[in-house]
Amino acid sequence: MRHRSLLILTTVLTTGALTLTACGSRDDSKKGGDSGGTQTVVIGVDAPITGDLSALGLGIKNSADLAAKTANKENTVPGIKFEVKPLDDQAQPSVGQQNAQKFIDDDTVVGVVGPLNSGVSQSMQKPLNDAGLTQISPANTGTELTQGENWKTGDKKRPFKTYFRTATTDQIQGAFAAKYLYNNAKIKQVYLIDDQKPYGAGLAASFKNTFTTLGGKIVGSDHVNPDDRDFNAVVTKVKKSGAKAVYYGGEYPAGAPLSQQLKDSVQIPLMGGDGMYSADFIKLNKKAQGDIATSVGKPVEELDSAKKFIADYKTAGYKDAYEAYGGGTYDATWSIIEAVKIAVADNGGKLPSGDDARTKVLAAMAKVKFDGVTGPVSFDEYGDTTNTMMTAYQVDGGKWTSKLSEAYKP
Amino acid sequence: MNELPQQLANGLILGAMYGLIAIGYTMVYGIIQLINFAHGEIFMIGGFGALTVYLWMPAGVSLLAIIPLMIIGGVICSVAVSTAAERFAYRPLRTAPRLAPLITAIGLSLALQQAIWKWYPDAKKDRSFPQFKGEAIDIFGAHIQRGDLFVLITAPICMLALGLFVSKTRSGRGMQATSQDPDTAKLMGINTDRIIVMAFAIGAAFAAVAAVAYGLKNGQIGFKMGFIMGLKAFTAAVLGGIGNIYGAMLGGVVLGIAESLATGYMSNVPGMDLFGGGAWKDVWAFVLLIIVLLLRPQGLLGERVADRA
Repeated sequence: MRHRSLLILTTVLTTGALTLTACGSRDDSKKGGDSGGTQTVVIGVDAPITGDLSALGLGIKNSADLAAKTANKENTVPGIKFEVKPLDDQAQPSVGQQNAQKFIDDDTVVGVVGPLNSGVSQSMQKPLNDAGLTQISPANTGTELTQGENWKTGDKKRPFKTYFRTATTDQIQGAFAAKYLYNNAKIKQVYLIDDQKPYGAGLAASFKNTFTTLGGKIVGSDHVNPDDRDFNAVVTKVKKSGAKAVYYGGEYPAGAPLSQQLKDSVQIPLMGGDGMYSADFIKLNKKAQGDIATSVGKPVEELDSAKKFIADYKTAGYKDAYEAYGGGTYDATWSIIEAVKIAVADNGGKLPSGDDARTKVLAAMAKVKFDGVTGPVSFDEYGDTTNTMMTAYQVDGGKWTSKLSEAYKP
Repeated sequence: MNELPQQLANGLILGAMYGLIAIGYTMVYGIIQLINFAHGEIFMIGGFGALTVYLWMPAGVSLLAIIPLMIIGGVICSVAVSTAAERFAYRPLRTAPRLAPLITAIGLSLALQQAIWKWYPDAKKDRSFPQFKGEAIDIFGAHIQRGDLFVLITAPICMLALGLFVSKTRSGRGMQATSQDPDTAKLMGINTDRIIVMAFAIGAAFAAVAAVAYGLKNGQIGFKMGFIMGLKAFTAAVLGGIGNIYGAMLGGVVLGIAESLATGYMSNVPGMDLFGGGAWKDVWAFVLLIIVLLLRPQGLLGERVADRA
C-alpha cells in the first residue's frame, strides 16, 4: 500500500512539474518570438548577493537594474523592454557555473553582466562561450581572463570571444601605482605585502615589476591571510626594513587594520588598488591619513554622466550603496543595451529571433561605443576596455581626494 | 633595532586573546566532552553586544568610562546566547551519540553568523569599533598600544578570578566533581544541570571580554571574526591540554608567540626563506601543535585520563 501511494504521489508531482515547465517554456518562446508590440529582453546578472562580499554584489545588482530601468524609461531601444535576472553566485566558482547554465537555458537572455570575482569568471567563461552568450564583467581584473595564460611572455591570445569587461587589468593598475609612487610621491623604498588571492597577488606582482624597472627598491615582501586582522608581526618587520611606504595587494577589510597597525609603529603610507579605494577603508581605519589608492576612471565628481548615475541611483531608492563597481556595472549593462540597439537597427527594427539574437548581439559588441559613467566605453580586440584612465587618490582629512588622473600607456 | 621584544609582545597580546576564548572550549569539554564549535560565534556576539552599548552612549563620554559598561553589555549578550544554546540545542541531545551535538554545534555556528549578518544593522561589512587615543607605550623595548594594554590587564585578572572560583567556592568544587564523574556528582547532591549551564556562561563571559579586546585592538569587528579566532582558540585549548583552564591560557600564549616568531624570523633561517612570513605562520603554529601532541598527547598541562565514553 505504502508503495503504491508513493508511486501515485511521485506521478502526480512529476506530471505537475512537467506541466509547469511546459508552461514556462511556452511563455519564454512567446516573449522571444513576439513580432508585434514590445519585446522583452533579459540581461542576466551574476554577483555575490549573499556572503561577505554581498555589499559589492548588491551594488552590482542594483546598478544593472538601474541601467535597464533607465533604458526602458528613455526608450533607448524602441520596441524593446529590458529586464534583469539577478542570480547569486555566493562568490563561488561552482555556483557561478550553474548560474551560467541557467542563463544559457533561458532563451530570453541575450547577455550576462558579472561576476565580481575573477575566480568565478573562470568557471563561467567556457559555458557562456560555447553558447555564444555575451558576458561583461564590471569588476574582474585578472589579466589572463582576456589575454590568455601566457600574457606575461607577450604571447597574448584571447581565450573566449564572448568575454568583455569594463574593469581594467591588474597589470595596468599595478604599473600605474608604481609610476605614481616613484615619480609623483618620490618614494623609492617599498615593502610589498599581498593577501595571496589572485587579485592581490597579481596587483603586487605587476607593481613590483614596474617599480623595480623604474629603479625603485623592494626592501622586503610578505604575504598575509585576508581573514586575519592582526598584522603586528608583519608590521614589526616592515619597521625594521626601513621602507618608506608599503604597497598592499588586497582589499580593504584587511587593508584597514594593516594600515592602522602600521602607523601605530611607523609613520609611512600604505598604498593599494581599487580593492582599497572604499569609504569603508577610512571608516574602519582611524589612521588612514596619507594612505594612497589607485582606481579605474576619473573621479566621479569630474564626470557629468557619473553625476546623473549617482542622482538616479539615489532617486531609485536602493537600500544598498552602489559601492566600488556601481559605475562599471552600469556601463557594462549599458554596453549590452547598446549592442541590442545595434542588432535591432540592423534587423529592421526588431530583435532577430532565436539563437540569432545572441549571435547578433555578440557581433555588435565590437561596435559599441558610448560615454559611460566611468568615461568613454568601448572594447579592444581582447575584450578589454579601451579606457585606461587611472586615478591616484590619497586620504586627506577623512576622505579620498584625487591626486592624479592619467590615461596609462604601457 | 632589536625586534625580538616587539615580536614577543605581539605574540603575547594575541595569545592572551586566544587564551580567553580557549577557556570556553576547555570548560565545556572538561564537563560534558562537547567541542562547542559555536563558541567562536559566542565570541563574535560578545563583540557586537559591546558595540551596541557603545552606540547607545551619548557622544563625548570618554571611552575609559564606557569600557566597563561595554564589557557588561557584551557579557550579557554572549552569556544569554550561550545559555540559550545549551538549553535548547545541547541539552536535548545530552544522551545522544556524541556526533549529534557536535554537528548541532556546527549548525548553530552557521546560524548565529548568518543571524548577525542579517539582522544587526550594517553588519554585512565589518563595523568600526571604538579605540583609545594616544601614543603607544614603551615597555622593555616593545611598543605597546593603549588598546592592547586592555587584554594584558584583563586576561590575568580573569584567570585569577576563575582559578579562585574553581578551587575555593562551592560551585567551583561542584564543577570539578562534575568534570571528574557526572553520575557520582549527581548522587552526591550536585545539580549537574546548573553546573553545566555555569560552564557555558563562564566561557561565554570570557569570550565577550576577549571580543572587547579584539575590537579595541583592531578597530573593527565583523560577523565572520569568530571563525578564525574560534579555530585558533580551539587549537590553543588542545595545545594546552583540553579540560585544563590554565592549559588553555598557556596554550593560547604559546600559540600566539609561535605565530609571531614564525612571521618574524622563519624567513631568516637559511633555506627557509620560502616558508616564512605571514602566509606561513598558521602552518608553523600547527606544526608546533602536532609536535606537542606527538610528544605529549594530553597537551602541555593536560592529565592523562582514561576515556570515559
